[in-house]
Amino acid sequence: MVKSTRTNNSVNTAEFTDNLERREAIGKVFEYLFLIGLLIGLFVLALLVLNILHDGLGRLLTPGFLTETPSRFAERGGIRPAIIGSFFLGLIVLLVAVPIGVGAALYLEEYAPKKWWTAVIEINIGNLAGIPSIVYGLLGLGVFNYLLGFGPTLISGALTLALLSLPVIIVTAREAIRAVPDSLRNASYGLGTTKWQTIQHHVLPYAIPGILTGVIISVSRAIGDAASLVVVGAVSFLTFNPGLFQRFMALPIQIFSYITRPEPGFANAAAATIIVLIILILALNAVAIYLRQRYSSH
Amino acid sequence: MTNSKAHLNTDDSVFDAEGIKVYYSGFLALVDVYIKIPRQKIVAFIGPSGCGKSTLLRCFNRMNDLIPAAKVEGKLIYRSRNIYDPQVNPVKLRRQVGMVFQRPNPFPKSIYENIAYAPRTNGYQGNLDELVESSLRQAALWNEVKDKLKDKGTALSGGQQQRLCIARAIAMKPDVLLMDEPCSALDPISTRQVEELCLELKERYTIITVTHNMQQASRIADATAFFNTETDDRGKRRGKLVEFGPTEQIFGSPQTKEAEEYISGRFG
Repeated sequence: MVKSTRTNNSVNTAEFTDNLERREAIGKVFEYLFLIGLLIGLFVLALLVLNILHDGLGRLLTPGFLTETPSRFAERGGIRPAIIGSFFLGLIVLLVAVPIGVGAALYLEEYAPKKWWTAVIEINIGNLAGIPSIVYGLLGLGVFNYLLGFGPTLISGALTLALLSLPVIIVTAREAIRAVPDSLRNASYGLGTTKWQTIQHHVLPYAIPGILTGVIISVSRAIGDAASLVVVGAVSFLTFNPGLFQRFMALPIQIFSYITRPEPGFANAAAATIIVLIILILALNAVAIYLRQRYSSH
Repeated sequence: MTNSKAHLNTDDSVFDAEGIKVYYSGFLALVDVYIKIPRQKIVAFIGPSGCGKSTLLRCFNRMNDLIPAAKVEGKLIYRSRNIYDPQVNPVKLRRQVGMVFQRPNPFPKSIYENIAYAPRTNGYQGNLDELVESSLRQAALWNEVKDKLKDKGTALSGGQQQRLCIARAIAMKPDVLLMDEPCSALDPISTRQVEELCLELKERYTIITVTHNMQQASRIADATAFFNTETDDRGKRRGKLVEFGPTEQIFGSPQTKEAEEYISGRFG
């Protein structure tokens, strides 16, 4: 019920006390705080990169660092077996964890009925993503080294890292598949295609950018992980290139090993190895980002 | 429910619904529908929101199967078989009963690929280029896109996208085209184009279209089915078919009071 009607049409400012200038000033303060947050992050990152380059670039560029096997002398030798080890670890993680992870996500999203136990599974997979990597190392030790009898070899390390990567891949793949609009599925089913055809030709291509994001995050974490590989038995001294069923080296282990040595030159070697690791991760990310761009249709 | 057989040739009906009921999560949403859809005519389903028209439409190509909460009972005879018989393969059914949706949903692929995808995947043996061209011509879209078949389907305007979706459905050479409010997301000019398209298409296909627009139904439909909601003894709302007959009759001399009230705008 209208109580009164005013005959003049001007806005009755006396009824509103909005403090507009003060609110905008407070907004500005928050804007600067957020900017400072960004700058702190960038500053720390820049500090890290410059520090690493300062300490390690010299050693990285000494001939033989990338091509020779380790030596007990700080100025000699190289990290070739570790590079090869990390490369193969990354490759195997990709080949094993991505199909299994995406497959699991597809089953949960497209095939499994939405009952209470699927929700329980979803929660548990999310929890698995947060478990520390050393625990995965212990799991790998028990299952791959001993139960399956592979011993402390490259394959054991790779499979352990694959387990470590699975939860994140499953969770992000699920999100990506869930984000595919139902209108797309309906369009496909309406034309008389089967479920697998619809998934294969429409759902998966649409979800690939999101899935690749999860793969990037997951594999980067796996390649940089040291704790699980320590437990599985990576070594820091090899005179040969590691094969699938042989003892192996990995870049993060190498960094750790160099840092624990007292001789001064090893600090430079550690920094140089860090640069190599970062380059490897950046290269992997670049490939995944390129693939994501190519498949991005929206 | 009254059914005027005098002007509708329901002896040659493409669909024969016998007691179709639809439940959502255990609640009855659409009550016993008996309707015979005449061949190669345009049938419009009209009625207020929530009266079950889209739900019934989705029964004709078993798209309700994709909704886990939905359950369909009753018989729906198509080509002398009950399509709800467990032995009937819904995938095959959908190749013969096509659908166009309310919001245009072209695939995020090229225009050519949008049309060619389903025939190719289903093992089409003929010339795909010719099929694409003839489908686009039938959908009155060929002249606008013939030079840019490689462009993305999603880059077209709304009206063009919907015509692309119609072309895509036609490429499978179905008997029946189901259209779920195909013009509600389109501007008036595109709506007019799609309506004219429907009038041409009925030479070859039977068209069933759900529409909220009564004027549209009176413009293009040969027969119209009016649906309405009713409340059961426990106060739950559900949909039902009230009247079905030739369009001139439904709009000119409706046989039921509910239809008469809806047509004259007293509710809806």
